[in-house]
Parts: sequence; structure tokens; C-alpha cells
Amino acid sequence: MLEIRNLSIAFKTAAGLKPAVRDVSFTIRPGEILGLVGESGSGKTLTSLGVMGLLPPNAVVTRGEVLVDGVDLIKCTPAELRRLRGGHVAMIFQDPMASLDPIFTCGDQIVEAILLHERIGKAAARRKALALLEKVHIPDPARCMRAFPHELSGGQCQRVMIAMAVSCKPRIIIADEPTTALDVTVQKQVLDLLRGLNAEVGAAILLITHDLGVIYEVADRVAVMYAGELMEEAATPDLFTNPQNDYTKALIDSMPSLGLRQERLPVIERDAAGNVRSVRPQPRTRPAGGDVPVAVDPHPLLELKDLRKSYWVKPTPLAAAVAMHAVDGVSFSIAPRTTLGLVGESGCGKTTLSRAIMRLSNPDSGQILFKGQDIARLSERAMRPFRREIAMVFQNPYGSLNPRQTVADLIGAPLAIFEEGTPAERSKHVLQLLDAVGLPRAAAAKYPHEFSGGQRQRIAVARALALKPSLVICDEAVSALDVSVQAQVLNLLKDLQVEFDLTYLFISHDLSVVEHISDTIAVMQKGRIVEAGPAEAIFAAPQHAYTRLLLDAVPTVGAERARRGRA
Amino acid sequence: MTGRLLSLSRSQPAFAASLAILGAVVFVAIFGTWLAPQNPYAINPSAVNQGSSAAHWLGTDEFGRDLLSRLLIGVRPTMLVAIGATVIAGFFGTLLGIAGAYSRPALSFIIMRGVDIMLSFPPILLALLAVGFWESGVFSLAVVIGVLYIPHFARVAHSATLQVTRQEFMEAEHAMGASVQRVVRVAILPNILSPLVVQATLTVAAAILLESGLSFLGLGIVPPEPSWGQMIGTARGYLSQHPMYAIWPSLLLALTVLSINVLGDRLRDTLDPRLREE
Repeated sequence: MLEIRNLSIAFKTAAGLKPAVRDVSFTIRPGEILGLVGESGSGKTLTSLGVMGLLPPNAVVTRGEVLVDGVDLIKCTPAELRRLRGGHVAMIFQDPMASLDPIFTCGDQIVEAILLHERIGKAAARRKALALLEKVHIPDPARCMRAFPHELSGGQCQRVMIAMAVSCKPRIIIADEPTTALDVTVQKQVLDLLRGLNAEVGAAILLITHDLGVIYEVADRVAVMYAGELMEEAATPDLFTNPQNDYTKALIDSMPSLGLRQERLPVIERDAAGNVRSVRPQPRTRPAGGDVPVAVDPHPLLELKDLRKSYWVKPTPLAAAVAMHAVDGVSFSIAPRTTLGLVGESGCGKTTLSRAIMRLSNPDSGQILFKGQDIARLSERAMRPFRREIAMVFQNPYGSLNPRQTVADLIGAPLAIFEEGTPAERSKHVLQLLDAVGLPRAAAAKYPHEFSGGQRQRIAVARALALKPSLVICDEAVSALDVSVQAQVLNLLKDLQVEFDLTYLFISHDLSVVEHISDTIAVMQKGRIVEAGPAEAIFAAPQHAYTRLLLDAVPTVGAERARRGRA
Repeated sequence: MTGRLLSLSRSQPAFAASLAILGAVVFVAIFGTWLAPQNPYAINPSAVNQGSSAAHWLGTDEFGRDLLSRLLIGVRPTMLVAIGATVIAGFFGTLLGIAGAYSRPALSFIIMRGVDIMLSFPPILLALLAVGFWESGVFSLAVVIGVLYIPHFARVAHSATLQVTRQEFMEAEHAMGASVQRVVRVAILPNILSPLVVQATLTVAAAILLESGLSFLGLGIVPPEPSWGQMIGTARGYLSQHPMYAIWPSLLLALTVLSINVLGDRLRDTLDPRLREE
């Protein structure tokens, strides 16, 4: 049993101690799953690292106790801690690919974990490892024992991690974002597995995540953290039907959910007094004089006809290369000023498709008709005018902004590339763009690392809009963001669509986000579009089996909330 | 100004000391000829390999010449060669490295294999070639050493560029239709600067040492003109009789290189907005 009492953790900085976790207390009983939820930077991971005694060197526990079966971990020596870890407390990390050692087979790694804590022979340990792999429902456990981590999929790697974690029957399992790096359908399987194992092993699980849907699916109780403080702790059904705390309410409200399409998503605001509330911002209206009647244009802005793109891959180092059809005859069209949501799991070819439309790679065959003109085979020089018209917002706001440029240079980059106006005009335009995406004008002189993920994505959006493009491709543009920040960016994208007459190709794996923003939807599987149509129709009556599978896999906080909304 | 210098020396003593040392080196490089207390070329057979004395503060060398004077006037050729070579190697090496990582596969193959071939050349062979073609002097020495270090810069720039080209912001530049010049100037160069600065500080030190070896072949600084590298090279033969002869120039060399290193680190931090102090 794990009991945390008044735990406070602070970072050592030049200006003294900077508290990051304040006075957090909670208890987990055996066989129970406690969900710890909060935005990035809320101190949830730091709390878990503090529990494991794995704090980074610049962080210290300033106060409090972490009791595991009555033993205070904070007071333990490193040697005592090592014995406790694995035996008593085990951890499952966010990125299964990165947390398994790439140069040992999965079997060896599980065997090692067993041998560290149990006095049994190697052969017995191997048998035990095989049994564990069967228990976590890995297809062909014998092959998995021999396989190296890179030969397995992300979901399989996470199962191996779980097998390692439960190998010594730990009393407590800390799972830090165990399914964030996985696809929805795989996520569901892993969560089911975690839950089933827990019933069997009887461990207390601390499940850390930013995803309320995951919490709703598996947790018995929930603790909500915000800015280093524990906001609320409640049983899961109570929390979702009747949240007590203002922040919790706001957080639950800001989730887009299936079957509850809203024009605007509420966002979380913090007023001067530090109180948190949920606000549903009003849609921004067009600037004066801009009340143009939206003519329904019969010609699509973008039309793909039987687009194909393959890669040559070698299944084994000695085998002949075979073609992998990443994009396999894709056709769809997007009408002006509408949003097409492209849904699919990782590896289905979404990103290859978006790169081909941007002409960052050359498609093998097929047509890309932009305003009626085929751009699939244009040279880079002939493509240049189209680069003005098509802009892209990338998935990772940390990677897509050059760290050595100021925000003004970043947003002004398209203007500089196309030599629009004088430098003075450009900087004026940059300030207008900052206004449009809701960033302070003072941001212009700063560098991207000084902003949070959501703010960076706003910078990326501003950059995409600089030349007033007609088509914006958003490749997983909100996937890396927290729920509340995601809501802000989605609202922003909707506002800007009205304001700038934009057409979006919105690529995502998250069905609830896609439903919220899209007019039409295309579902992609293994390089093909398996189903396409108006958003309402697809969500109301999915035709293809894969679409139904995707819809089923989405954690269903929505049902609960929809009922609450109607009541 | 004085107040700022004082506070700097208190908060960052290493940086302040490095600034002071390099300032002194530059000063001596310019005014060394006037500062030398004695004639650095005057041979005195009655006072060879002496230790410190009132007449010769740092002692004398194997021909009885005043060590202090030789050290002082040796600063200028030493620094010209070291910095000249680093600038040449840095400029061309970086250019080749970026081109090798960021051009069509065929071209990049030719460039990088060319760099590998250069890397396999023994320095002495290239130096002999150069002696055959050019008059010896500080300039040709700087060019030869610079060319020798081009592959080192090219390798560092190449691998750093490869890393940068995998980042999403490179994709973003392409998607915006940026020209090659812009991509190199805005996206690649600032992001590969850190390892290049480190490489440059290492090259300065290496060039000073290589210079002594090449001077032996009659390329560059020909005796009796002194240079630090040459002095260290000669002093090696007298290490047991007269250790201070080797220690003085080595000490100066070590201090200068250390200062350049500290300054290089500082430069790297200043250029990186993420490391810049608030």
C-alpha cells in the first residue's frame, strides 16, 4: 500500500528553491487504480519520480513522507531503495521503445528483471518470463523472447514493459503516461490488460496521464493536479458526473467528446485572483465590412485522384526489397472553406500523404489538383507560386520552429522568402498576425523556447497564415498538446477559418478532435481511404468495420457528459 | 566601465581572466618588438642554457639568446599562423561539410569521399608539396595548416548538418519554399555553430603545435625568427639540462589555448538563445 503525506518537491535554482509540488497527499490501496491527472508542468511526473526516489539532481523533496507498507522511502538509503524498486515498486514509462534496451532481446531483459529480485535459476526464470509474456497476451511469446525491441510494435513493447513490471509481483506499479505513445485501438488493449492484471496481481497502480479518457476507462479513483497542487480527489464516476473543484470542472468541459459536437470548446482561464474557471469564448466575428456572403463553390479547392506513393523496404537485411504502399490510390476532394478530417492510426500513410500534397516528396502516380491545376509533377520552380497558397502546421511545435530565430523572424519567414513588402511592413504584418492568434505583441522579440507548447503551436499557426494561404494542412497539429491547450488551439483554428476564408486538411488520430472540427471525414487504413463522407453521417452510422473499431476504441467520457449536458 | 569589469571578475572569474590574457596576447603581438628587453637574435656563447637571472629574467636558450625577448616577439607569427589557419579551415571546412550533407547524393558522395582522401594525407607530405611551390612564410604556413584541418571541420559540420536536416523546422522551410541559400543561412548555420566553435578552439591549439613541426622542414617561420611552437620543439632536446626552457613557452601556450577555449564556450552560449542568461 502506498501512502503519500504532504509531499513537497522543489527545484534548486540560482534564486533559491522553486516549489514544483506543494503538499500533495493521497493513498492507494492494494488492487486499486488511482489516476493522477493534470496538464504538462502540473507536477504529476515529478510526484511519481519523488515516490520512486528517482528525482533529477536539481530537484529535492522539501517536506513530507512516502510510505510503502509503513516504510518511509524518503529516508531510505540508495541501497535500500534499490531493493524496494522492482520488488515492491515497479514503473512503466511513457515511451516503451525508448525504455527497453535496444541491444538485448526482450526475453533477456525480462529474465534479468526476474533474476535481480528472485533467487531462481536461469532456466526457471526463462520459463517464468515466457509465462509472463503469455499473460500479457503477446502473440507468439516464444518469438517475442528472441526478438529485439525494434522488431516489435509500440504496443507489443509496452506489453513487454508491463510483463517486466509485474514480474516480481510488485505491491505498487507506477505507470507514467503508459498509453500516450500508442494508437487508440492499441491503447484500449493495453488499458484492458493493465486492468485485468491488476485484478490478478492485486497491486496498487498509480496511473499518471493527461488524458481524461484513459482515466475514465480504467481508474477507480482520480486525483487532479494543477500547478503543483492537488485540486481534487474523488471516485471516478463522481468526478466525471459531479466535479467539485473549479479546475476539474473546467478540465472536463474542455475535452472535445464524441457525440457532442459543439461550435466552441470551453477553455480554462485563470483570473487575477488565481481562481480557475471554464469560459466558452464567443466566436470572433469577421472584421467590419467583411460580411461577405459565403458562396458555395462547386469546384473543390483540392482534389486528389488515385494518388500513390510507395517506399522500398527490406524485410530482412538479405531479402529483396519489396514495395510498401504507404499511399495506395487515395482520392478525395475538399470544397473551399471547409475542413476535411483525415483519420487513421500511426503507420496508415497520413503523413506520407500530407508530405506528398505539400510536394515535400514526389508521388509515384496520380493527380493532385489544386484549384484545378495538377501539381503532382511540377518542378520546384514551378511549384513556388503554390507554396504561397498551401501552408502547413506540423505536429510537433517543439521541432517545427527553428530555435535560433526570434518569433518575429519565424512568423515573418514566408514574407521574407517571397519578398513581400519592406522590412517595416513585414514587422507590422507580424504584429497583426500575433494579434490574430492571440499572442502578446511583446512575443515578437522572444525565442520559441520561452513559450509553452500551446503558445508555440500558435506561433506555427501564425506563420502558416502569413501569406494568406487558401489551404492549410494541419498534420496532428494538436496531438502534442494538453486537453485545455488543445481546446484553445482548436477554437483558434475555427476562428481563423472564418476570418481568413481558410480550407483545412486536418490530419489526426483522435476521432473526438476530428469530429469537433471537420465538415467531412475520410478514414484511412493501410494507405487507402476506407470510408469518407459528411462528419455527422460517419459518426452516426459508420459503414466500414475499421471505422467502427476506431469509434469503439475512443474512451467514452462523452456518454456520461452528454447525459449531463442534456439534463 | 571599471565597475562593470570588477563585477564581471567577481561573477565570472574564468571569463574575466581569459579576456585579460587574450588582451595581453594581442597587445604583445602588436607591440612585441618594442617590448622585448634585449635583442632576441643576439647570440652569446658564454651564457647558453641558463636559468633565470637578473640579466635574463627567464633565462637563455641553447645559443644564449634571451628567452623572454624571444617569447615576446614570437607571439605575432604564432598567433597569425594559428588564427589564419583556423579561419581558413573553418570557412572551407564548414562549407564542404554542409554541402556534403545537404546536396544531391552523388555530389555529396564526391565531396565527402574527397574529404576522406584529404584526411588520409600525411601532413608532412602536403607541407613538402607546399614548400616546393611557395616561398616559405607565415602566410603559406597558415594556408598549409588550414588546408590540413579542413577535413576536421568538414566532418563536424557534416554530421551536425545531418542532424539538423532531420528536424521538422527544415521541412517547414522547404514547405514555405525557401531557397537553398536561405535554408543554409537561417536554418543550418546557426544550429551547427556550437560544435564548430569547439572545433575552432581546438584547431587554434593544434595549429600552434603543428607549426613547430613544419618549421623544421623550412616552411613558415625559419630560424632565427622565433615562434612558440618552434621553441617548444627545440627545448624538447634540452629537457633534462634546462627544463625551464620548455616550460615557459608551454605555459604561455597552455594559458592562451585555455583562454581561447573559455572564450569559445562563452561565445557558444551567447549564440544559443536557450543558454543565454536571463
